Amino acid sequence: MTGSLARYAKNPAALLGLVLLLAVIAMALLAPILFPKDPLSLAGRPLQWPDLGGRFPLGTDNSGRDIAAQIFHGAQVSLLIGLVATTISIAIGIVVGALAGFYGGWIDDALMRVTEAFQTLPNFLLLLVLVAVFGSDITTVTVAIGLVSWPATARLTRAEFLTLRNREFVQACRVLGMGDLRIIFREILPNALPPVIVYASVVMAIAILLESALAFLSLSDPNIASWGNLIGAGRNVLRVQWYVSAIPGVAILLTVLAVSLVGQGLNDALNPRLRRNPKP
Amino acid sequence: MSEPLLSIENLSVRLPSGADRSHALNDVSLTLSAGEILCVVGESGSGKSMLASTVMRLLPPGVTASSGRVLMGGTDLLTLSEPEMRRVRGARIGMIFQEPMTALNPLLRAGDQVGEMFAIHTDLDKAAIREKVLALFREVRLPDPEAALRAYPHELSGGQRQRVMIAMALALEPAVLIADEPTTALDVTTQARILALIEDIQKRRGMAVLFITHDFGVVAEIADRVAVMQHGLLVEEGPAEAVLNRPQAEYTKALIAAVPPLTPAERRPQGADAAPILRIENVSKTYRSGGLFATKRVTHAVKDVTLSLPQGTTLGVVGESGSGKSTLARCIIRLLDTDEGSIQLGDTDLAALSRSEMRREARRIQMVFQDPYASLNPRRRAGELVAQGPMVHGMGRAEALAKARDLFALVGLDPAAIDRFPHEFSGGQRQRIGLARALALEPEVLVADEPVSALDVSVQAQVLRLLDDLRDRLGLSMVFITHDLRVAAQICDRIAVMKDGVVVEEGITAEVFLAPKHDYTRALLAAVPGRDWSAKAAERARQPGRMATASPA
Repeated sequence: MTGSLARYAKNPAALLGLVLLLAVIAMALLAPILFPKDPLSLAGRPLQWPDLGGRFPLGTDNSGRDIAAQIFHGAQVSLLIGLVATTISIAIGIVVGALAGFYGGWIDDALMRVTEAFQTLPNFLLLLVLVAVFGSDITTVTVAIGLVSWPATARLTRAEFLTLRNREFVQACRVLGMGDLRIIFREILPNALPPVIVYASVVMAIAILLESALAFLSLSDPNIASWGNLIGAGRNVLRVQWYVSAIPGVAILLTVLAVSLVGQGLNDALNPRLRRNPKP
Repeated sequence: MSEPLLSIENLSVRLPSGADRSHALNDVSLTLSAGEILCVVGESGSGKSMLASTVMRLLPPGVTASSGRVLMGGTDLLTLSEPEMRRVRGARIGMIFQEPMTALNPLLRAGDQVGEMFAIHTDLDKAAIREKVLALFREVRLPDPEAALRAYPHELSGGQRQRVMIAMALALEPAVLIADEPTTALDVTTQARILALIEDIQKRRGMAVLFITHDFGVVAEIADRVAVMQHGLLVEEGPAEAVLNRPQAEYTKALIAAVPPLTPAERRPQGADAAPILRIENVSKTYRSGGLFATKRVTHAVKDVTLSLPQGTTLGVVGESGSGKSTLARCIIRLLDTDEGSIQLGDTDLAALSRSEMRREARRIQMVFQDPYASLNPRRRAGELVAQGPMVHGMGRAEALAKARDLFALVGLDPAAIDRFPHEFSGGQRQRIGLARALALEPEVLVADEPVSALDVSVQAQVLRLLDDLRDRLGLSMVFITHDLRVAAQICDRIAVMKDGVVVEEGITAEVFLAPKHDYTRALLAAVPGRDWSAKAAERARQPGRMATASPA
């Protein structure tokens, strides 16, 4: 484990990702202290250009709300949506993939057909349907994002289980008289987890992007200060006051980049042998 | 002896920092002359394969030759540029690898792969290349050369694939052939045929062969000269006859002493009258492949096998790959469900139990697995692995860990090591952990599936002694699956020989070895490499006086 940490620390891109991610987390934590007022309340004249020394360092949007306050509070929302949706998606994916991979046969067939049904539909379209049917408050949106993004995790977990279930150590557990569930979750899963953890970073990035995309179409929860909502609001003034959309856009870009870099760094740290060989 | 074709002078190869030692090879000097077979023999980690990679300049990244020369025809191969080296590989030095399945490209037909050698190194046209390849396939005695040209690697058997590899290595008539454990992955009868082929071709072409192996039986079979390596050092070198029969270095002596003799060990007469503890009756297992659309194929892995294991004895099940011996072991332990027949342990029929009933009976019959690396969960501590069994069957954690500690001592491991992870142990130690895990449930019967085949010969001897000793002390009965007749001779009271899922011969070990009744048993015995040498060595061992005069050291 310390070896993995050391390998992670030696990877500059992964460290950059970690620093960016920590910065976003810091923004989320500092939001209530720096901007104690509701970020969606009117703060001043609408569409003021960013002025780093002034009252609104990042300007105001077309309703006269403070963009800086929305960015900081939006960090909270984006991270929360990312984490919760990823947890839901990974949990479903692991259970489906583990059962399918371990048992094989008709259980595998049934679970994989369901997975394929989810995979063949573009997940954003499915998300739109779910939000259209169940409404668009923040909880529904988060759960819906989790529900549409598990199939890839399930496939990954299944592939790991398929190779691991025939290992001799699994047979040894069966010979000892261990029950199936214990073998699946206590013995095989820890060995199957590293690639799934790495993939979780991809899911998290996708979750943040999906929420922004919904918000851009004004289909996310309008009562919270999310980055996507801000971009959606700026859409109407995009040609002149482009900063209204660009600032949250950059925030999303940096967050997704941070999460991806951390994921890639984790991948290199956990699977050192898969890295390209250094040139002799 | 003529001028050496290849001479390795004071070669040292440095390993990257962080490896378990600083040099893979340390000041190794060897020569290889035309028309001789030089066997480089050593255990895993001795640097013998690294030697072959250095000569071929195929070292893994980060590993470099730090000093010394590899001279061939007056040029130092280590100083050649990569394009120059490419003209040496294949054309002047051919190489055969251990695993013919992975050494061949699975997407290319065998004929095209061998043909590539000519396409790269010569300007022959297609028809000429085809003729050349066909001639080569005839020379390596592939059964149907025309068909082999068009066959993909997976359509050939292991022995045939190795013949294709040899044909490829011979294509450009190299002066030197390097063979890196070319028969290790093969069955014993196939191994005998491939060894004969290599020796025959070497004689006919007057090639020099550098033959890397861990098996002294193979050395006795084909070597003209022998070089023994340990930890990257050349320990001993000399004519085969001298090194094999009058070894000078302590390490060589220990290695040779660890080779199990082919004559059955003298065992206390027992088991003849003991009641059987395990009776396998008419057990069959078939595999069906192919689903809705594919053509169905039925394979009889085990066919109507009846065997019995007397209390307190060891029953060996020997056979080549595909003989069904491992399937039988997995049926006994209920990792596989039998199709027919019964497996009576005491008065319980294991084959008739439901899954959950079998889980409760699990403590009565346990298994030791083949691969010491794959059979231990890498994410659990050694002590936990051993304590798991008793804990599954209701023992408290503290008590189970205390028991694991005792078992560690019993199998010859440091009880303080229970907190370590499997990767911190060597192969032999891992196999001891696997044994402790099986013993933790205090089983009546132990099924051992090739428990020593992945181990070095010196470690193998220790583990076999441990198994034998524990069987006596704990009153265990054991089913011992192996492909290695030497091992079987040492540890088994009775032996069953399997071929294609059927037991062709079964009896007391000494009788099966000394007077085999079935043709297949005779063929197996005849194919064991170095059996003449073993017989002579055994004779010498019986006359210690002569041995002493022969080796003044």
